[in-house]
Amino acid sequence: MSRLKVRVWRGSGEGRFESFEVPRHASQTVLDVVTYIQRVLDPTLAYRFACRVGMCGSCAMTVNGIPRWTCRTHVDVALKDRGELAIAPLRNLPVIRDLVTDMTAFFDKWAQAKGGFQGSRTRREPFHAIAPEKESRKRVDAAIECIGCAVCYSACDVVARNPGYLGPAALNRAWTLVNDERDAARAERLRAVAGDAGCHACHTHVSCTERCPKQLSPTAAIAGLKRETARAALRGEL
Amino acid sequence: MSAPQGSVRQQTLLWVAQRASAAVLALCVAVHLATLIYAVRGGLSAAEILARTHANVVWLVFYTVFVLAAAVHVPIGLRPVLAEWAGWRGRSSDAALLGFAMLITWMGLRAVAAVFA
Repeated sequence: MSRLKVRVWRGSGEGRFESFEVPRHASQTVLDVVTYIQRVLDPTLAYRFACRVGMCGSCAMTVNGIPRWTCRTHVDVALKDRGELAIAPLRNLPVIRDLVTDMTAFFDKWAQAKGGFQGSRTRREPFHAIAPEKESRKRVDAAIECIGCAVCYSACDVVARNPGYLGPAALNRAWTLVNDERDAARAERLRAVAGDAGCHACHTHVSCTERCPKQLSPTAAIAGLKRETARAALRGEL
Repeated sequence: MSAPQGSVRQQTLLWVAQRASAAVLALCVAVHLATLIYAVRGGLSAAEILARTHANVVWLVFYTVFVLAAAVHVPIGLRPVLAEWAGWRGRSSDAALLGFAMLITWMGLRAVAAVFA
């Protein structure tokens, strides 16, 4: 059986890569590799995962310099032409230990971007029907499948340079609600996502869109927010 | 979080101003370059070019618009560069950029006046 050389980030603020060798299998995922290390080679290794099938968004790590969902990333793909894997925590978030990051800031920014749906009807009123073919509904569909893995946040150079920036995931979430005609907090939300810490800070590097494992385009969502906030600002509604 | 730099509405309007000035600049730069290439093709001298721009209101208006668009566009673009690369945010940065916008306007309009007069 062939072996795979793996370097894994250990420690928190002060850390270093530690080398391991794991058995190589066909269709092996990066999460399989990390799990093998933790179960067989070093039980002190800290990492985070839950569903293992690309739904929960908890296992994202930096693999050979690229932020990825490790449960759905085959070792073959991550290796490319390199002989070994280097697995590190996500960038742009504080490291708690080893491969586990503190995602508090990431989720706080969803709240700052007014990422919570605010309805206007009570449970005694009828459902608000929205036709699936409606353009606004299609825009929601295009952005709604985010699993909150923070891969985009880790890939974003603006987050790295401008720590107050809300980031692609929070803005993408806000865009789904801006297009949700049931939502009653549109004006507030546009205010929350505009300006130097919001959508106008985006330089359209498109790293978020390139790395999103769900193939969403936060870049398009942010461009949409730029248009909507600009309209609101020109009308004096911002 | 960065220091407050005006209201969210002002920040958004800066973005609108930069997009609008970019559209004007795209046209101005194209006309400027095309004219430049056309003018030197036949071997016109500086004196001959100045003779054509002298007292020509069309070129006066065109280059005045060009200068004003650049004076709007450049400082707004520099703003995030200063913030992200130099960590310079807040009122002092905005004041410096306003000064820079005025400098570009003054220098540019001076040059426009020179080729018109």
